[in-house]
Order: sequence, then structure tokens, then C-alpha cells
Amino acid sequence: MILAGKILAEAAAIYEDKNATQSQSYGPEARGGASRSEVILSDGDIDFPKATHLDLLLCLTQEACDKYMADLKPEGLLIADSRFVRNIPGGRHRVVPVAISDIAENEVGRSVTANMVALGVIVGATGILKPESVERAISARVPRGSEELNIKAFRLGMAAARP
Amino acid sequence: METGNRPAPRLLTGNEAVAHAAIDAGVRFFAGYPITPSSEIAESLSVMLPKVGGVFIQMEDEIAAMSAVIGAAIAGAKALTATSGPGFSLKQEAIGFACVTEVPCVIANVMRGGPSTGLPTLPAQGDVMQARWGTHGDHPAVALCPERVSEAYTLTLRAFDLSERLRTPVILLMDEVIGHVTEKALLVPPDPAALPDLRAPVSPPAEYRPYRYSGQVPPPLVPFGRGYRYHVTGLLHDETGFPSNDTRNADRQVRWLMDKVEQNRRLLTDFELVDVEDADVLLFAYGASARSAKAALRIARSQGRKVGLFRPRTIWPFPYGELAAAAHNVRAVVPIEMNLGQLSQEVSLAVCGKVPVKPLFKVGGEPVAPDEVLSFLEGV
Repeated sequence: MILAGKILAEAAAIYEDKNATQSQSYGPEARGGASRSEVILSDGDIDFPKATHLDLLLCLTQEACDKYMADLKPEGLLIADSRFVRNIPGGRHRVVPVAISDIAENEVGRSVTANMVALGVIVGATGILKPESVERAISARVPRGSEELNIKAFRLGMAAARP
Repeated sequence: METGNRPAPRLLTGNEAVAHAAIDAGVRFFAGYPITPSSEIAESLSVMLPKVGGVFIQMEDEIAAMSAVIGAAIAGAKALTATSGPGFSLKQEAIGFACVTEVPCVIANVMRGGPSTGLPTLPAQGDVMQARWGTHGDHPAVALCPERVSEAYTLTLRAFDLSERLRTPVILLMDEVIGHVTEKALLVPPDPAALPDLRAPVSPPAEYRPYRYSGQVPPPLVPFGRGYRYHVTGLLHDETGFPSNDTRNADRQVRWLMDKVEQNRRLLTDFELVDVEDADVLLFAYGASARSAKAALRIARSQGRKVGLFRPRTIWPFPYGELAAAAHNVRAVVPIEMNLGQLSQEVSLAVCGKVPVKPLFKVGGEPVAPDEVLSFLEGV
């Protein structure tokens, strides 16, 4: 998810001439711990680089949803992996449930591409960036040879997000 | 990503920017021991240095790394090490050695929560006083604090320039937020032809005295192996570098080390002022905390409140006079730090009781949020 955040920031900052920051929080574990990737996109300068009042929250686990839901603006957008996030708190916010992990596993054929599917859902549900910009950023950031697979995952995510 | 010779903006972290700046400053030697949140500096240089004919060594510990950097610098290399609080503690004895032997080198310290091994992945600004007084004895200190990725690049370049000019270790004091944030930056490398050779001899070998003190800056430290003979020791020494127990010589040497920085305040002092002209409350912040301060300042100004900001890029030597001048007409100074009041003590010294100092401190591993600054200002 940290890579997905960096790709989103790169698409905005390098390919669309916006400003962007990406930061992350994680514990001391080498792997297996919870992690959070924060992205700010802006037409102006970005002072404080941490996300506080969220327009969009994407949760791949119930734990993340329970922990960060309070940071989402009342009219914000929640994107949830419907396989793992079962209890969605009520409120005025818009909810887009998508079977992100299932798409990665069954349609792309690789569960590690869930981050690119999620990126596709974000772009599909918001239209915040041009898909071409994100695809260029994906090609620049993912391991060589895996570009096609990752872009396929991104496009499946976009398609799944469209109502 | 680059078109012709004109650099294009890129998206990178503060740690990566430090590595790029090191290469562009001419650094060809890095020795370190990886530690969160500084490890990406070492990781990046392990890839970049061999490509430019440089040397990357992962040492057995931080003490050895700092010592290797000093050795490489004496041999003529521009040399860097990178670490975080616990490693910075270990390096202190060797930093003192570099101060007294007047060997130029740069230490990047990416601050995490302390004390001890503390909070490895979370930010703090708890090493501010350690950067000043971490090693024993009266010694000079120069420390620079970047607030964004582009500045991590420019201040690293500046750290090497200052280090060579003054022949003293310079500390790049960055916090985890800036080390790890990924953002857009335009890195404009200096023209290699314009970088002066500050190690070139200015006298014939027989007349060379590396520790002869006259003028504002020391004579160049001519690299070992070029036929210039001198001694290097942590003991106080005469102008050839050999140990001396002469008390008058010792007095002169220690004063010289401190004066070297004092006499060059104009070269070293570096700060940013935001909206101070009509301010009635002056924020004081550096590193990531300055970004919280700026975000809060913009909101406060939009509400018609007269808030200004003093942001030092050089924290050591501390800009006492400049801060006092900026605070002259305000009713309060508000230092904002991710520690429990380290640089705030210097703020109090600077304003000398003439202006109330109302500090906002935060520890525990989270940066100060702009909302916290705004609600704090309600009570000021």
C-alpha cells in the first residue's frame, strides 16, 4: 500500500503538475504489522505533510476501518475491501465496497496486486487523476517486467469502481 | 526524467535527497551502520557511490563508521555518515576528535523518538542539544535543519561547503518526517567546475602549519599523501599537530575552536521569516514542526490574526540577535518543538525576558498538528 501511495503521489506531482506528498506509519516489525500510507494532493503548496481531515479513506482490513474512520470527513468517501471489511460504520459518508482482494487473486491471478487494484478503485471512484498519468507512474515504479500485470490490476480496479 | 542539462522535478524522500546531494557535493566515501529512520541514506549511497568510483562501507558499528569517515576525510575525501539518535550517541567521542583535529566531515542524524532506542519509526526533535553539546569539552557546533525534501538536498550541499571552509564537522539534523516523506523536489546540482577545492595547499610543504591560527578560517587541511607532513591527535596540539601540554597554547586553541564559529556567524546564520512585519505573535519552529507552524499561520492569517514565523535553517550557532530583532514588537513568542523544550531555552536567552515565551511541546512520536497549534494560540 505504501508503493500504491507513492504511485498516486507521483502521478499527481510528476505527470499532472500538482503538488503531492506521501508518508507512512508503520511499527518496528519487519513484516506482518499494520501499516498506513498517507497521500495529500494539492494545487498549492503542502505545508503539513500528514493527512488529518480525510476526503478519502481506503481500508483493506476491518482493523484499519475501525481505527481510522474517525479521521474521515463526514461527507468523505470510504472505499472498503468487501472481503475483509464487514462492519461499516453508519454516517453521511459515501461508501464504495469492492472485492479488492478477490479481484487480485481471481481476476489478476496474483494476490500481491491488491494494491494496484485498490489504486484503480480510487481513480475510478473519484476521477481525481487521469488514468494515463497513473499508468505512467506505475510503469516507472514497479519492478521491471511486472508493468503489464500491475496495469491490468489497476484497470480491473477502475472498472470495478464504476457504478 | 531529465531533459538535456535541465533537471526535472522528481518525487523522492528526504533521505534519498541527502544521498543525491552527497554525490553532487563530491562525496566519494560513506561509512555507516544502518539505523531507522536514516537507513535509506546508506541504502541509496550503497548503490550510487560505486557508480561514481566512490567507496561505501557498512562498518561494524557507529563508532567505527565515524572514525572511518574522519580517516577518509584526512586522506582527502569528502566523507559522510548517517545515523539516528542511538547511533549519534555512539559517534560523539569521534565527533569531538573531528572538532579538535579540525577535520571536515558531515554527519546526517535523522531524529527518532528517544531516549535510548526509544521509538525507532516515529519522529522527534530530541537530539537538538546533543547536536550542540553531545561531545565533551568546549567545542564548536554547526547544525542545519531542513523542513522539506528540496531543502534536505540544498542543506546537505551547504553542510559540505561549511564543513570544508571551517574545517569542522557539520551536522545535518533532520527529523523522521522529513527523512521519510515523499514529495516533489527540483534538485539543481552545483556546477562541479564551480566547486572550489578547499583542500588545496596555499604554502610550500616546509612552511605548512595546519594548526596555525590567523585570520577568520583555518588553513586548508592538505590531504595525507601529498608530501605535506603533519600530525593528527585528539590531544591539544601545537601548530604542527604534535601534542602540547603548554597551558597558554591550550587556552589559545580551545578559544580558536569556538571563535572559528563565532567569527563566521554571517556565513553560518540562515533563517526564514514569514509574515513577521506586523505580527503580534511570533512562532518559532524548525524541521517538520515548521511545516505545522506554516499551516497554522496560513489559517490564522485568513482569520485576520497577526501571526508570524521565525524558522532557523541553521540552529547551531543559534541566531540570538536575529530572533531578538524579529521578536522586538510581539506580545509573545511561541516555540514549537517535538521535544520537551530544548531549543526553547535558547529562545528564552535570545529574548532575554523582554517578551513572554509560551512554548508548545509534543513528545510521544507524533508531529505537532496544525490544529494543535491553532488551539494553543487561542490561549496566547
